[in-house]
Amino acid sequence: MKSLKIGKQTIRFLSAPSLVAAASVVGPKEGRGPLSQHYDIILDDPINHTESYEMAEHTMLLQACKHCLTKANMQEEQIDLILGGDLLNQILSTTLTARELQRPFIGLYGACSTMAESLLMGSICVDGGYAENALCAVSSHYCTAERQFRYPLEYGNQRTPAAQWTVTGAGAFLISHTQHSPVCIPCGTIGKVMDYQIKDANNMGAAMAPAAADTLAAHFQDTGRTPKDYDHIFSGDLGKVGSDLLKNLMKQKGYALIEDNYTDCGLMVFDPKDDVHAGASGCGCSAVVLSAYILDKIRIGAWKRVLFMATGALMSTTSSQQGESIPGIAHAIVLEHREDGMK
Amino acid sequence: MIFMYLKAFLVGGILCAIGEALILKTKLTPARILVVYIVAGVILSAAGLYKPLVQFAGAGATVPLTGFGHALAQGTIQAVQEKGWIGAFTGGLTATAGGIAAAVFFGLIAAFCFKPKPKDF
Amino acid sequence: MKHNIPDSVIKNYQTMVRKLTPKSPLGSGCLRAFVVGGFICIIGQAATDLSHVYLDLNASEALTFGSVFLVFITALLTGIGVFDRIARYAGAGTVVPITGFANAMVSPAMEFKAEGWVLGTGAKLFTIAGPVLAYGISTAVAVGILYFLIGW
Repeated sequence: MKSLKIGKQTIRFLSAPSLVAAASVVGPKEGRGPLSQHYDIILDDPINHTESYEMAEHTMLLQACKHCLTKANMQEEQIDLILGGDLLNQILSTTLTARELQRPFIGLYGACSTMAESLLMGSICVDGGYAENALCAVSSHYCTAERQFRYPLEYGNQRTPAAQWTVTGAGAFLISHTQHSPVCIPCGTIGKVMDYQIKDANNMGAAMAPAAADTLAAHFQDTGRTPKDYDHIFSGDLGKVGSDLLKNLMKQKGYALIEDNYTDCGLMVFDPKDDVHAGASGCGCSAVVLSAYILDKIRIGAWKRVLFMATGALMSTTSSQQGESIPGIAHAIVLEHREDGMK
Repeated sequence: MIFMYLKAFLVGGILCAIGEALILKTKLTPARILVVYIVAGVILSAAGLYKPLVQFAGAGATVPLTGFGHALAQGTIQAVQEKGWIGAFTGGLTATAGGIAAAVFFGLIAAFCFKPKPKDF
Repeated sequence: MKHNIPDSVIKNYQTMVRKLTPKSPLGSGCLRAFVVGGFICIIGQAATDLSHVYLDLNASEALTFGSVFLVFITALLTGIGVFDRIARYAGAGTVVPITGFANAMVSPAMEFKAEGWVLGTGAKLFTIAGPVLAYGISTAVAVGILYFLIGW
């Protein structure tokens, strides 16, 4: 059998599966941000008219999935596989959404890297012929993340300058076997868990940057490309501190990221005036930026080739309390514009 | 009178500023600061060092959590003097019952009346 | 050894992290804590004095009233969602006074209502206050026993 592996960690997809539709749902605060015009749905109420924030996150994700199907002009029954996850224990929001949609479901956990993780898995399944249509869906919610990982909402606490703000948002993406889409996924790089002994839970960017640098360098080595081969490179949610660290690490590795073609999604979601310190984080962060902004640019052909890398801090509150450092991970996928894919 | 308020402001403010410095410069989280302050209050008070501060600054020394520790220690010592060893177990909570009961009671009332709201939404 | 990253790489990285991570400004942080914390103490002093004069409480009852009053105000401000805004500005200025203790009880009580009145609100009420009471009370009991034994 012919190997579809390139180098050590990169895999290619023979058929280059298409990303046919994407939907983004965000909370009110995100809806006021710089990408305000681009989101599909902006919630008017952070609890989304439900009884709890967990239900709010779940219904938000469900909205994203349904909206994505509407955009793709598809019925729920046509989905062969749902792949997704979120930040909560037992990936609660995604599980409840899969319970609603009643389609075959594989739950994923990669903390905030789940967006790229699910797109990778979706592409593998579609390219391998195990699914015609795979729905990749992730979500995060500021309030559910706060109460699981940090403090009660009304607890009086100062945030440190390196702290990030979890995005209230959900993204759903449909990967399909059909060639009729201007956006395709030709390859991706699977990351390793990296841990440079960062223990500060208020500095997730620092915990994730080494993993991001490792995955990026592996991608360039495996493919023989350099940052210049991409119209744009995005990291998921490193924030201000993490993206500065990534730039430094990449310079050391000999792949300098140039200012005008590298951006961190964590710096795109909120208005800098909104007191979010080092930027945005959460599965929803990279998901809504990818759906609302990046894909549009590729679809119209403004960008021909983009590297999208979502980063995750695989922190557990248990291990953190036991003094363990925070392991980080990053997965990357390449998104390309396909000329003949226009309908 | 005004002088008393000035002293309360200064001493209370300094105790808070020390707390802020501890939060920023050490690994102490606010929750641990609370524990450190109350234990420090009990020990300082038992060693006879806190009472002069209370006499000097009034609420400036009693309102910070060290003052809570002071009340625990003084209540315990007084109860031991009056009732013997059993006072070690009853004195502290008796002296601080007001604050604790209020926090429990108002906590429940607040939970009953209000919903937590996310900020900046 | 946990993984194959050389110590020197970790050290270099952590130096880089320290250099690139912005610090909270110590001076202005302490100043804000000082001003807000001092102001809270003035309110406590005023409540104590006024209750002494107008509610006819003796000195120790008036002190208790001062505490209860601050706890009540904290519960109210926490309930209407104002306390955490003040705390974000003041830092230890609201943590160190009894307001911090009260907020640490009221906020989880509200937050975990969704998990029920007994194991949600009732249990989580003591998430932060529990350790404070446990160590405070135990130290005081130890002091009392010592005092009884050696009667200093």
